[in-house]
Amino acid sequence: MSSSSTRNRVGWIVGAVIIIAYTMLPIGWILSLSFKGGDDITNKQFLPTKWSLENFRTVFSNDLFTTALRNSIGVALISTLIGVIFAMFAAYAIARLEFPGKKLILSVALAIAMFPVVALVSPLFNMWRSVHLFDTWPGLIIPYVSFTLPLSIWTLSAFFREIPWEMEQAAQVDGATPWQAFRKVIVPLAAPGVFTAAILAFFFAWNEYPLALALTSTTKAKTVPPALASFTGASQFQSATAAIAAAAVVVTVPVIVIVLLFQRRIVAGLTSGAVKG
Amino acid sequence: MAEITIKNVSKVYGDGYSAVDNVSLDIADGEFVILVGPSGCGKSTLLRMIVGLEDITEGDLLIGGQRVNEKAPRDRNLSMVFQNYALYPHLTIFENIAFPLRLRGVAQDEIRKRVEESAATLDLTEHLQRKPSQLSGGQRQRVAMGRAIVRQADAFLFDEPLSNLDAKLRGQMRTEISRLQRRLGITTVYVTHDQTEAMTLGDRVAVLRKGVIEQVSTPRGLYEHPVNLFVAGFIGSPPMNFLPCSVKGDTLELPFLSCPLGREIAERVADRKLLIAGIRPEHFEDAALVEDSKKEKGVSFRVKVDVTEWLGNSQYAYVPYDAPADIKASLASLEKELDSEQLRTQMIVSVDAASRIRDGDEAELWLDPSRMQLFDPQSGHNLTLLNEERESAPPSSPTGAPSSAAARAGTTQTLAEDGATRKT
Ligand SMILES: Nc1ncnc2c1ncn2[C@@H]1O[C@H](COP(=O)(O)OP(=O)(O)OP(=O)(O)O)[C@@H](O)[C@H]1O
Ligand SMILES: [Mg+2]
Repeated sequence: MSSSSTRNRVGWIVGAVIIIAYTMLPIGWILSLSFKGGDDITNKQFLPTKWSLENFRTVFSNDLFTTALRNSIGVALISTLIGVIFAMFAAYAIARLEFPGKKLILSVALAIAMFPVVALVSPLFNMWRSVHLFDTWPGLIIPYVSFTLPLSIWTLSAFFREIPWEMEQAAQVDGATPWQAFRKVIVPLAAPGVFTAAILAFFFAWNEYPLALALTSTTKAKTVPPALASFTGASQFQSATAAIAAAAVVVTVPVIVIVLLFQRRIVAGLTSGAVKG
Repeated sequence: MAEITIKNVSKVYGDGYSAVDNVSLDIADGEFVILVGPSGCGKSTLLRMIVGLEDITEGDLLIGGQRVNEKAPRDRNLSMVFQNYALYPHLTIFENIAFPLRLRGVAQDEIRKRVEESAATLDLTEHLQRKPSQLSGGQRQRVAMGRAIVRQADAFLFDEPLSNLDAKLRGQMRTEISRLQRRLGITTVYVTHDQTEAMTLGDRVAVLRKGVIEQVSTPRGLYEHPVNLFVAGFIGSPPMNFLPCSVKGDTLELPFLSCPLGREIAERVADRKLLIAGIRPEHFEDAALVEDSKKEKGVSFRVKVDVTEWLGNSQYAYVPYDAPADIKASLASLEKELDSEQLRTQMIVSVDAASRIRDGDEAELWLDPSRMQLFDPQSGHNLTLLNEERESAPPSSPTGAPSSAAARAGTTQTLAEDGATRKT
């Protein structure tokens, strides 16, 4: 009995180590690349011979990158905000109201989530050019919102459904309008769900590549992922690999920080204590 | 403060289920009314229609003389305590209690004052800055009450507020609610399926069965003069015994005994051969412990006692008997409706704790037949009640209060000729 349970434990640990090593390896490699200054990149070893911040200096002095970073932040934040707000209303309706076509909305939403983004690239390219949305922030925000909505709606409606009806009814009896009940009771209680949905939406917009590549052309709207591809090193003759690695680290770190920061809140289980438990 | 008038109110749910059927009830200003009945009889539905969380399919609901059918819950100015309290988990206790006031835009100072007042009343002052999840069940229950009393609502509505608490706490909170209601004098409607709550809290109790009000009366009225088998069987714990009996001239023959029958009643029931006699367990006594002067006024009989239960302050004896098949069937269906599951037809007898009756004994019991009720096995009506009283009760006369006054006066006819004996 006990020997089998220790064997089990060892098995779990070994498995976990393998998976962590496997997933961390590329990240570690990029990290180490980003610190290899000059020609150190050819040093044929994992760690840099001399740690240097040269690549980061290169990236941040590059206009292409800084504007792309600004575009990325702007586009991702705005599309997250719009998407989550829309999704909140839609999910609330889906979780709370009975109306014809509810199932249809949910299945269509799911279908959209599965739709390959690449298939939309060229029609959108043509359309955006004729309506002057090409190479603008809205030109990216609109498709991002529609691609993140389904997942947000599904996540949020699951969260809303978990909130006991009584919460809202109590608020109504206490004198709240439906809007007040939604804003003061439902949304705060669904906060973990809202954060989850927001993070997922933000990641999508932050990482999205094909649309960003096709629907932008200049620094006006180009986001980081396509900008990275057109990156060159400090000089024409230098390989851009190290610089790209540094840029990748710069755009990955905030994401990791966000996750670690909000993970607590997501797990916090805000609903405990609402009812007798 | 206001009176609540329910006029011929019905509720049909979306799936066609009729949960409340043509219910009328007048609740006077400051009155404490209990809605009681077996699970699924429509108590919560009725309460939720009053507070506005459920649409009224038919009929009128008046609060303070104004028709409120179409008003949203927030415009009815009622406060409600939910079965699971429905506290806002993201707010502190202070903010929970202050919530209704904040929505009304009450000034900050006033809010602080009123919340602290309510908290003091309910002994919550030291918990004001904590979150609901950090409180015990009883404390959460008090927070829910605090949220209800903090604003000047026209009426309080409670939906089984104590059912989540353990027995001891339930007893404490029951007295707490009773005291609070008396002090504030606010109209209260209280849903429960707990016998003790129903009997101790209310000025009047309405017994519901499948969406219909069977009887509205004072607790005493319900206990002593139930209009039918259902109410008789529902009120009282342990429940009333239902024994098959038949009328032979002036005597009533029960499984173990026969007793004289009052002339007027005898005439009234003459055409029915088979009846059901309802006798409360405490109407029996161990004959050995009855004083001689009292003994004369009842009948004594010998039975074989199957099992006894000694509870310290009282003692129950179980006496099995046989019943005709049709009575058995009607009693079985009644019991099913009452959610009680009696495996065999047996009589429960409450005897003094000092009684020496033990399992398997042949015992002599004594019964005061004057307090027996007779029921028609088919319709279930109580034949002992005067006609007008019976009629005034079931569809709950439009003016509920007078009918209850009648019930309280106790216009029952006594069964025995010398039936003036009433225990005090
Ligand atoms: N939303 C609904 N749709 C359809 N039927 C419903 C709905 N809510 C309740 N009912 C039905 O209405 C009847 C009365 O329900 P209600 O909740 O009022 O019972 P209750 O008397 O409060 O019972 P309990 O003591 O178990 O709380 C039940 O038979 C129930 O199945
Ligand atoms: Mg209920």
